[in-house]
Amino acid sequence: MTEQINIEKSERMDKVPVKKQKKVNEFIYFAIRNNKLKIGLGIVLLFILLALIGPLFAKYDWNAYIGPMSQPPSREFWFGTTTFGQDVYTQFVLGLRATFLVGIIGGGLGTLIGIIIGFVAGYRGGIVDEVLNVLTNVVLVIPTFALLLIVAAYLKVRGIMIESIFIGLTAWPWAARAIRAQTFSLRSRDFVDLARMSGMKPLKIIFTEIAPNMMSYLLMTFILQFGGAILIAATLDFIGLGPTNTISLGLMMNYAVMWGALQFGNWWWFVPPGFAIMAIVGSLYIMNVGLDEVFNPKLREM
Amino acid sequence: MRRYFGRKIVVYLSTFFLAVTIDWAIPRFMPGNPILNLLTRVAGRPETVQHMYNYYSRIFGLDIPVWKQYINFWIALFHGDLGTSVLMFPQKVTAIIMRAVPYDIFLLVPAILLSFYAGNKFGAFAARTKWLDNTVLPLGYMLTATPYMWLGILLAWSLGIVAGIFPIAGAYGFNLQPSLSWVFILSLLEHWFLPFVSLFLVYFGGWAIGMRNMIIYELEADYSHYLEALGAPRSLVRKYAYRNAILPQITGLALQLGVVVAGALVTEVVFSYPGIGYWILQAIQNQDYFLIQGCFLFIIIMVLIANFIIDIVYVIVDPRTRLGMVGGSA
Repeated sequence: MTEQINIEKSERMDKVPVKKQKKVNEFIYFAIRNNKLKIGLGIVLLFILLALIGPLFAKYDWNAYIGPMSQPPSREFWFGTTTFGQDVYTQFVLGLRATFLVGIIGGGLGTLIGIIIGFVAGYRGGIVDEVLNVLTNVVLVIPTFALLLIVAAYLKVRGIMIESIFIGLTAWPWAARAIRAQTFSLRSRDFVDLARMSGMKPLKIIFTEIAPNMMSYLLMTFILQFGGAILIAATLDFIGLGPTNTISLGLMMNYAVMWGALQFGNWWWFVPPGFAIMAIVGSLYIMNVGLDEVFNPKLREM
Repeated sequence: MRRYFGRKIVVYLSTFFLAVTIDWAIPRFMPGNPILNLLTRVAGRPETVQHMYNYYSRIFGLDIPVWKQYINFWIALFHGDLGTSVLMFPQKVTAIIMRAVPYDIFLLVPAILLSFYAGNKFGAFAARTKWLDNTVLPLGYMLTATPYMWLGILLAWSLGIVAGIFPIAGAYGFNLQPSLSWVFILSLLEHWFLPFVSLFLVYFGGWAIGMRNMIIYELEADYSHYLEALGAPRSLVRKYAYRNAILPQITGLALQLGVVVAGALVTEVVFSYPGIGYWILQAIQNQDYFLIQGCFLFIIIMVLIANFIIDIVYVIVDPRTRLGMVGGSA
């Protein structure tokens, strides 16, 4: 729900910093002094590390019934076992991998579509803008899972990839709107006018004049899309529209609720996956605020 | 202002048309035949099955050309007829939805409005107050990053099962019949509380940080500095900043409605709360595409109506749209 923040920033368009290369050093200077950025990035990196090397220490297959049922965490089973005796640690670290994959692919695709539509609508304006606005509205109104439902009915075996792609295809509207508004304000600036008058092609103007001035903004859009994609994936997995051939953090919660983890008090089964999602996405958001302060001098705390 | 609403209405109508068309396509795009699904439950002799197949085809309106089905769908839609449920045959989809809707309204309207009000007030209050900012900001971000169902699961487990204070399933006690008695109302509130709190908390975090980030921009704006330079009290500066910062929050509410509804759906699933979300899950699991279609259509219409209300509110709070200037950002 933090996504709106970016949109409003677009209302303060006059404050988009028009920066040049020499400022990069200044950004680094402020970046390494920004606690929000450091803490957020640190937590995210920690989980990435866990997702990368965690599975190397997993001794079992995530789906195999290997141990006693409903065991609390112990030396043998670090995160305990499920109602069926599966190893929760293995499921958790593999689920983390799936989570980052969804974030990168889903968030990346969503940002890409948002950038394309936002640039085109904002730069061209007029009827193109109106048509894209209607398209944005339709996607905004149709629930993501309406589309995934159709996919789910056709593909009995689904992977993380398909889920990520569909999340990307439906999660772009707010990014498109925010980027459109930014582009719209930059379009009438003097340097863009100058480029236009000198006969530059629209595409080149967008890539060499407008985009570089919104780089920080696009980076933050990607971070928010990344976090958003993770949350949507968790929701979809939870109602059973997620992947079928692998494990994910959302699926862990789904299975935990379905197979009575609450009634049996198997907290080790449903606490870690939700906590990891909360920590990762929350840290991404906090990192985003830090980045905002780095890029925008007015926000730095004195 | 007429131009503002004129444009809005065109956008709404085209959105509605496209959304309904996609929604119509859902059961027809599905592999397999919904009627065969239904018939597998009543095995019988081949002739009987064939007879029943024709009978059900007629009931579901699937025995005519596709373009006619499409037109009939629109006609039926304006008569408030969304077809017959396969799962709950022979109940009408509309009847099922109408039974579920009061629970959704009861849950969602207070959660959205209260969290919007409290979150914005609190976010504005916390901004630029060092100690509050350092505690509220991380907390708000963590809340808004919490998966809805996880908070629901945690609440159900801690307050429901371990502490045993609140019931964790259904909308009222299993031994009760809906009636206007105190016992029933109390049971209703008891079952409502946990889903409400878990939705409220996640929404609240989002609004609080949204407002906090927004009002900082406003407090750094020239007019705020000017006002400060004139010696205006802090509360007055904040009041002006707040009124400017609330506009993008209202736009944000419109943009976030889809996410808000999705959150409500999974929360209902966690608590088996018999709203639309619960029925969508039932429908998905039983491949009742007509019920899914009806639920989605209902959500689409509700989101559009809510969007329209937000647009009207926007005109009320933002004088620029009233004067025909380019104020509306959504």
